[in-house]
Amino acid sequence: MSRVGRQTFVYDHPPRIAARTSIVGPKEAKGPLSDQFDILLDDDLLGMKSWELAEGEMVRRAVDHTLKQASLRPEDVEVMISGDLNNQIIASSFAARALGIPFFGQYGACSTFVQSLVLGGALLSGGFLNNAICCASSHFCTAERQFRMPLEMGTQRPPQASWTSTACGCALLTANAQPQDLKVCSGTVGRVVDQQIKDANHMGAAMAPAVYDTIVAHLEDTGRSANDYDLIATGDLGWIGRNLLMELFKRGGVEMPDGKLIDCGNSLFSQEQDPHAGGSGCGCVAAVSCGWLLRRVESGELRRILIAGSGAMLSPTSTLQGETIPSISYAICIEGGA
Amino acid sequence: MDRQPISPEGYSKLVSKMTPPSRHLRGCVRAFWVGGVICCIGQALTLLGEALHLTELTAPMFTSVVLIFLGTTLTGIGVYDQIGRYAGAGSIVPITGFANSVAAPAIEYRREGMVMGVGARIFQLAGPVLAYGITSSMLVGVLYWIARMWFL
Repeated sequence: MSRVGRQTFVYDHPPRIAARTSIVGPKEAKGPLSDQFDILLDDDLLGMKSWELAEGEMVRRAVDHTLKQASLRPEDVEVMISGDLNNQIIASSFAARALGIPFFGQYGACSTFVQSLVLGGALLSGGFLNNAICCASSHFCTAERQFRMPLEMGTQRPPQASWTSTACGCALLTANAQPQDLKVCSGTVGRVVDQQIKDANHMGAAMAPAVYDTIVAHLEDTGRSANDYDLIATGDLGWIGRNLLMELFKRGGVEMPDGKLIDCGNSLFSQEQDPHAGGSGCGCVAAVSCGWLLRRVESGELRRILIAGSGAMLSPTSTLQGETIPSISYAICIEGGA
Repeated sequence: MDRQPISPEGYSKLVSKMTPPSRHLRGCVRAFWVGGVICCIGQALTLLGEALHLTELTAPMFTSVVLIFLGTTLTGIGVYDQIGRYAGAGSIVPITGFANSVAAPAIEYRREGMVMGVGARIFQLAGPVLAYGITSSMLVGVLYWIARMWFL
């Protein structure tokens, strides 16, 4: 286990991704990546009596599905690292309560999944754990009531607003897996960056500078360039945020070929589905990574990718008080197995 | 590689430049025709009330009650939010929009119980309208009273 530069962990004993699951809700299931996901929900309440319980159940099902693939039981898992967008990350706590796995609750807004992988990778590579479940979820209906308006309220959204996805992604990291399993090679811990954006609807604009900061830190720390990666995926800046990020790379003198950088929020929905600026929520980058990106690495189409999750760390209170949005991004490098 | 490629001021300008504006003309046209239709329904109801021998005072009341009923019902069956997404101010400004802003939180917070859920949150959105609407009507009333005393 070693650290390079100021912010990056290099995992000397790279943990492997032994199994992974992606779950998406009904709207996401109609999107362009529909056939990439493991479980498509037709009822976003999942038979529960509240949206929060429904999101918790979605996390539990994701973990359950992941463990089945690896022929493990919940009691075989050493730690679950998970988070969501709810107050006090209640959905993850509901799932952890049902599963009984030792639990680290995480909050990194939409970057939570990558944050969990960075931390899980360090704990496994450092020898503290033999396996860990890394997970993150979001639900349109819990996020709307928490951050915006009641669902039935008849208002319009500005073009820069994003659509919180109903989705969950879950990955099982293990120290002793098959050599063909994906390797988690390095992770970069982001700094909180704030470029004075106040519009809580414009999260892509708030987060783009944080993603820029973390990707630059990762490249500097590891001595690499964007060309050392087959793909760099951000999550979730949306269409406007991605354009802003490309502009920042241009001004900062960072070489970033246009086709190399994709955004998970732009990939989850098509423009016809009217998500405005694109998809968002912890579940977006988690499900798109577990469903689509890691599958492409597994198939050998991509050899090495960098996933930079980004979070707008605002709260409803800070927004009402007129504060600017503190934003963060974590990056994780994943390579194909032998 | 520059860690601070742009100042906050420069970034703010860049964001404004790269963010597509709301489509105001389209929004105005939609708000005009949907709002207009709601008002026409209101006028038709008033005329109906008068035909039913309601007085000048009770016919508008009848209209309000029916429009509030319609707004609340359309909220309950999940239609009003779709009208709102299309029409914007056209469906927010009429009294049906006010009904929507009361019914929507009532539905949303039902799971938190009748007292601390529905009871405490039902005016979450309508509350500011009520608070400042009532306050400003009181102020106007006082001004009217003073004006009448001094000038009439």
